Amino acid sequence: MKLARLSLWNRRGTVLMTWLSLTISIALLIGINHLRIEAKTSFTSTVSGTDLIVGARSGQLNLLLYSVFRIGNATANISWPSYQRIIKHPQIAWSIPISLGDSHRGYRVMGTNSDYFTYYRYANNQPLVLRQGQPFASVFDTVLGAEVAQKLGYKLGQQIELSHGVGAVSFSQHKNKPFTVVGILARTGTPVDQTVHVNLEAIEAIHLDLQQGAPKPTQVTREQALAHDLTPKAITAFMLGLTSRMATFTVQRQINEFKTEPLTAILPGVALAELWQMLGMVEGLLLLISLLVLLAALVGMITTLLASMKERQREMAILRAAGAHPWYLFVLIQLEVLLVTLASMLSACVLLFMSLVLLQDKLAADFGLFISLNILNQATLYWAVGILALSSVLATIPGMLAYRNTLADGLTVRL
Amino acid sequence: MTDKPKIPAIELKQLQFYYLANGWQLNVPELSLRVGQHLFVRGASGSGKTTLLNLLCGITKPVSGELYVSGQALHRLSSSARDSLRAKHIGVVFQQLNLIPYLSVLDNTLLSSHFAGQNKADATVRAKVLLQRLGLESTIWHQKAAAISVGQQQRVAIARALLPKPTLLIADEPTSALDSDNRDAFMKVMLAEADSNGCTVIFVSHDQSLAQYFAYQLTMQNLALGVQPC
Repeated sequence: MKLARLSLWNRRGTVLMTWLSLTISIALLIGINHLRIEAKTSFTSTVSGTDLIVGARSGQLNLLLYSVFRIGNATANISWPSYQRIIKHPQIAWSIPISLGDSHRGYRVMGTNSDYFTYYRYANNQPLVLRQGQPFASVFDTVLGAEVAQKLGYKLGQQIELSHGVGAVSFSQHKNKPFTVVGILARTGTPVDQTVHVNLEAIEAIHLDLQQGAPKPTQVTREQALAHDLTPKAITAFMLGLTSRMATFTVQRQINEFKTEPLTAILPGVALAELWQMLGMVEGLLLLISLLVLLAALVGMITTLLASMKERQREMAILRAAGAHPWYLFVLIQLEVLLVTLASMLSACVLLFMSLVLLQDKLAADFGLFISLNILNQATLYWAVGILALSSVLATIPGMLAYRNTLADGLTVRL
Repeated sequence: MTDKPKIPAIELKQLQFYYLANGWQLNVPELSLRVGQHLFVRGASGSGKTTLLNLLCGITKPVSGELYVSGQALHRLSSSARDSLRAKHIGVVFQQLNLIPYLSVLDNTLLSSHFAGQNKADATVRAKVLLQRLGLESTIWHQKAAAISVGQQQRVAIARALLPKPTLLIADEPTSALDSDNRDAFMKVMLAEADSNGCTVIFVSHDQSLAQYFAYQLTMQNLALGVQPC
């Protein structure tokens, strides 16, 4: 081991470059694999127990993305009377209305009602849990997702202001109608953590000042707003829980054929599978590319070793003269390769961890991907074993060369 | 009552080696060396000196014939048994670049004892004594081998070869890179250390002037003559 270590140190220039290329390629491979697994877990655990999601007529992926992942925007709204009519269907057990379109410091605001806290499920039928406080009771109450509260440092009782629109920067603020934080949800690892939840009535109230997106000349105060009829005129989407799973396709068809306005009802599981299938092709391609990059790096390392074998012929002859068996030289080469690979794997893990720390928020905000920092999982372990095995197999080429040369050359060094 | 016959340090009988690639072959009809005997082997390039050394070291195996080192039949031993025998009983010094450049002087010296399976602590103590006897001061023990002079490197090579207390020391033109002063000093030190260990020496060189240090010689071009007085 000492000899392998010192031999590597002696060739530190080339070893450093090999280590660097291996580190990047291993980080790429493990990173893509980690992202793939985490994305799948994150996607599939985002919504659970919901039988149908309904929105304005559009593609099922678009509806899934904006209603569940808070990515993109709805093509149109659903009128409140239509919503009311649909939820009276005898086979609908519960519904959660969703109203989107506003934000707070880059985080999406979702208008809903108290049913959201009762019926919404994520992961394996997990209910939402309030870590602090309670669901909203009055119009200007807000319940924050765990990430929003943590990142913005909000506490119960604090007042926050919402912005019109979902961009990071908004020119239209609802400054005269501040909201009071009454609850903070426990972490779910889903887009819920990044959402500011408010009452549906509050969405109506803050838009009393706006006319077609532009501020009206006269502003309505918070108190004046409360005196208005705040029944929503429209919502963005709604989730449905049915009395029986058997009724899913019947209710879906009926909603899709709804005469009053064009609507789309989707099965979240099917939409998630379709979304994953689309991403799966890209992910498969990325995995293949990263595997090829890793293979290229490993082949590079072996080529460097092969190139160095000529200049190491004397070293091999000295070891043989001192009593080393040719297998010892084979093992020495294997050890050197394994040491470089192991060091590269360790540094790749560090590189990947640091990259995830830096990119975690951006991935969550831009893509709705909640990627865990724990990269040392079973899959990584399998990859690590695979990479070590592959490098060991490739190292047999210079290893056998050392073995055969020392047998053939003995103490002779052919210059 | 008769004395028990002493086992020769080296004994070769009808030894034959054949290079399949070019058809060249080495034949040694008979060769025997007593323990402590010093033999000067001379011969031109391509005369088979290194092949003979490889056979004596057990690195290559003869095609036919018998080869005994300290009574052990090298021609019958397995590859790993020959390696083990070499580590314990045979010391080798090359003509130059004898050391692994990235190892320290001390680590280079300890290499052979490592393969001979000797206790590291004991070997380190003996290595230091040996290095000092060879005129290598403690100030260079932890220096890398590449950092010391060629003359010093050759002395470290002797220390490495003699550390496991071998019965046979093989030197393959170890003086070729040394100037005449260093060459004479090297020869004296090497032979004195070999004598103090009771070690048999086989010294290969094409430099006939070095024959003065030896009592016996073997000419590669005329192996049939066997060992002759110098």
